[in-house]
Amino acid sequence: MKGNRQMAVLESVTEIKEGVDQETVDAVQSLSATYKHGWETEIETDYAPRGLDEDIVRLISEKNGEPDWMTEWRLQAYRRWLEMDEPEWAMVDYPAIDFQDQYYYAKPKSMAERPKSLDEVDPKLLETYERLGIPLKEQMVLAGVDGAANSPYEGRKVAVDAVFDSVSVGTTFQAELEKAGVIFCAISEAVRKHPDLVRKYLGSVVPQSDNFYATLNSAVYSDGSFVYVPEGVRCPMELSTYFRINAENTGQFERTLIIADKGSYVSYLEGCTAPQRDTNQLHAAVVELVALEDAEIKYSTVQNWYPGDENGKGGIYNFVTKRADCRGARSKVMWTQVETGSAVTWKYPSCILRGNESQGEFYSIAITNNRQQADTGTKMVHLGKSTKSRIVSKGISAGRAQNTYRGLVSMHPRASGSRNYTQCDSLLIGGKCGAHTVPYIEVKNNSSRVEHEATTSKVDEDQLFYCRQRGMDEEEAVALVVNGFCKDVLQALPMEFAMEAQQLVAISLEGSVG
Amino acid sequence: MGLPARGKEDAEARIAHLEMPAGQAGWARLAHAQALTRFLKMGLPGRRDEYWRFTRPDDLNAPQAPPAAVADFKEAPVFGEIDRLRIVFRDGVFDPEASDDLACEGLEIERLQSAAAHDIHWLKDVYGVLEARGQEPVARPFAALNTAFATDGIVIRATESVSRPVNLIYLHENPDSDAILHFAIKVESGADLTVLENGPAAARFNKCMEVEVADGGAFHHVRAQGRDHERRAVTHMFARLGKDSAFKSFTLTANGVLTRNEAFIELAGDNAVAHIAGAAVGDGDFHHDDTVFVVHDAVGCESRQVFKKVLRNGAVGAFQGKILVKEGAQKTDGYQISQSLLLDEDAQFLAKPELEIYADDVACSHGSTSGAIDEDALFYLQSRGLPRPEAQDLLVLAFLAEAIEEIEREDIAEDILGRLKGWLQRHRR
Repeated sequence: MKGNRQMAVLESVTEIKEGVDQETVDAVQSLSATYKHGWETEIETDYAPRGLDEDIVRLISEKNGEPDWMTEWRLQAYRRWLEMDEPEWAMVDYPAIDFQDQYYYAKPKSMAERPKSLDEVDPKLLETYERLGIPLKEQMVLAGVDGAANSPYEGRKVAVDAVFDSVSVGTTFQAELEKAGVIFCAISEAVRKHPDLVRKYLGSVVPQSDNFYATLNSAVYSDGSFVYVPEGVRCPMELSTYFRINAENTGQFERTLIIADKGSYVSYLEGCTAPQRDTNQLHAAVVELVALEDAEIKYSTVQNWYPGDENGKGGIYNFVTKRADCRGARSKVMWTQVETGSAVTWKYPSCILRGNESQGEFYSIAITNNRQQADTGTKMVHLGKSTKSRIVSKGISAGRAQNTYRGLVSMHPRASGSRNYTQCDSLLIGGKCGAHTVPYIEVKNNSSRVEHEATTSKVDEDQLFYCRQRGMDEEEAVALVVNGFCKDVLQALPMEFAMEAQQLVAISLEGSVG
Repeated sequence: MGLPARGKEDAEARIAHLEMPAGQAGWARLAHAQALTRFLKMGLPGRRDEYWRFTRPDDLNAPQAPPAAVADFKEAPVFGEIDRLRIVFRDGVFDPEASDDLACEGLEIERLQSAAAHDIHWLKDVYGVLEARGQEPVARPFAALNTAFATDGIVIRATESVSRPVNLIYLHENPDSDAILHFAIKVESGADLTVLENGPAAARFNKCMEVEVADGGAFHHVRAQGRDHERRAVTHMFARLGKDSAFKSFTLTANGVLTRNEAFIELAGDNAVAHIAGAAVGDGDFHHDDTVFVVHDAVGCESRQVFKKVLRNGAVGAFQGKILVKEGAQKTDGYQISQSLLLDEDAQFLAKPELEIYADDVACSHGSTSGAIDEDALFYLQSRGLPRPEAQDLLVLAFLAEAIEEIEREDIAEDILGRLKGWLQRHRR
């Protein structure tokens, strides 16, 4: 892999810290991260006309074969959106987005009809998932081959819903999940097959017009995943969605809705990549989680959208609204995120701790390099008695990147006996980047305890020196120290993701030393 | 960016009855006019203003000051035992009779009006200058209003190390008074000055203090405000610190309907040190807001923010603190702690402790906690024979100690501690 890396553009040799010899610097300069998933699948795509108006909203609804109430819901959102202003409070800076210069719907032509056998699946789609590293066995199922899911399969199973541009390409292990009573399908399918569930919960956590991007999403969301875990069921395997943006100038607006009924458990993974392009692309997703009494949802994200090049050209604008409602007593939601991609990230996975003794956890690593900007964090709103929340956030900033933690911990008057612990640490690599912390703390009762801690520092020279003395090169040493810094969060990830995340941490920092 | 018509009307109504001082030198008139322009451009803060998220500015926005009864204090004024140079204001007007002789070796003390009448004066480089610098990145409209319309004030230039503190005493005698005082202080290279402040001042009090500390200078500031008074106050401290200089400020706030203390400290010279601390105790109708902005713009500087609040019976404490480390401000050591002790269920603590950092070789940390008094500790003290109220006072004082320790002079710290003890005793349940 090292062979095909490109030359890094480093500021100048004068930037080099004392104690690093020229040879190391040269070695480091010759290495730079190239975005692994930056290729594009050449596939014929059906687009909705460019731009956005009520007809486009109706068209998307029609393409998904939606009932009238859904169309109306979208239109309502669209009308509200027209009256809203883009938020400007985040510490991110990007040129104004022309919302009329986007495609809001893109679907591979070959997906017009669901393929029945492997021979019928567009080989380009197969190849796409192969290159993204999704195992062949799953790939067959992903591409929609009936019967593939019944073949013998070794190791841990992960059911995948693959979303390619605006449509869900396929969902694996559906049959096996069905046996357990778990519904896992594309949300477009759920709207048709399980309208009662969707109608009851859609927009109940993130209201239709919650914020600018969520409202836009409510109007134009094209697909996404739907999960329902019935009462008392422990979902037999990890569920996962893999988002891929392929088409150019296309925004991806997916919507995820996960409902964990009383006493159930589900672990959900989300991955995302996009081709490398010079123009910015918009990704505005909404994720809603509902945890009823005693239910537990574990939601893990490895976000690796194309971050743009070292000069900040191109990349994904990732404006995402994620929120969990711990509706029932003793329910629990855990958000874990590793954010390495995107040119601009604006994302605050939150928990409304409504049920008594409910629990919310947020573990985050956000890594920004080159010209990336991330403004991310969480909100923990304590409404129920004896609710608990824990926030661990690690921000790493390198190159000319800006990384902000923004969070809210709110203890309402009735949330007596509640507890919060927040720790957010920032690590700076290089003198041209920024790391910022903006926590809001609102305590309105005295029996709750809130603790917030934050530190900012640079990579410890002594630790680096020690690693290098043991024969590691500088870059490996930084990766090791950084991985140690991120350990709290990496440990919270499911095994499948932990390895990938660890590598990502190393890759996104490549070329940043010096 | 202009104000909407409504905002403009409100801002104009706010200053309709205020007058700019007459008989001033050209530079002073310009400073007033520029401040007025700044104020009219910013307008009054609103509820949706991010910087006023935790505090309602309505009483400060009102054209007339909400009345406040003149309090009859039983205890002797604070700092009474300390040898100090007293400068007394009655409802925002300097009282030369009640004040000490302003002549003091190592200090040049003048009334603001007379200093501003001189064509050549060091004040030109300080008055309104530091305030204007502090308007970025967040607007502080009441400070601009102060610079434009200050009715009185004192300017002090310290040329050597002076051990005798200057005590600004603010008396309140008129239930409708609306005082706007402005102080400008210049501490020259190698000089050392201590300023004490106390007294309720007025029904509504707007104070602005600009402090320029030259290379190697030191400025100490201890203030006692509140004392169970109904007054509303908005105060501002703007400081710019030169190389190897030191700035230390401590504020005790005991009640008061509304207190907004803003500080904007700029570490402009290498190896400067800035400590800013506050202890606030509130019982009942009390809203207290510390809004602190520390800017590191030089190498090797140290800053410390220590804010503690003890709240009860509907009292609200807010803290907005920020450490901004600019690009190149390497070897910065920034520390910030904000803590509240909520003595009953009605108290509230609202905090926004921020870090904004653009340099990599820095160590910055902040912490914020909120919670009730430790029942185990209380039980322990009671089991050692201490009655519960005394045990609680002891724990409250221990909680506030970190802030009080920021006062360098022991006699002054003792005085402040005595005030606190008295307050706690009066407010026992």
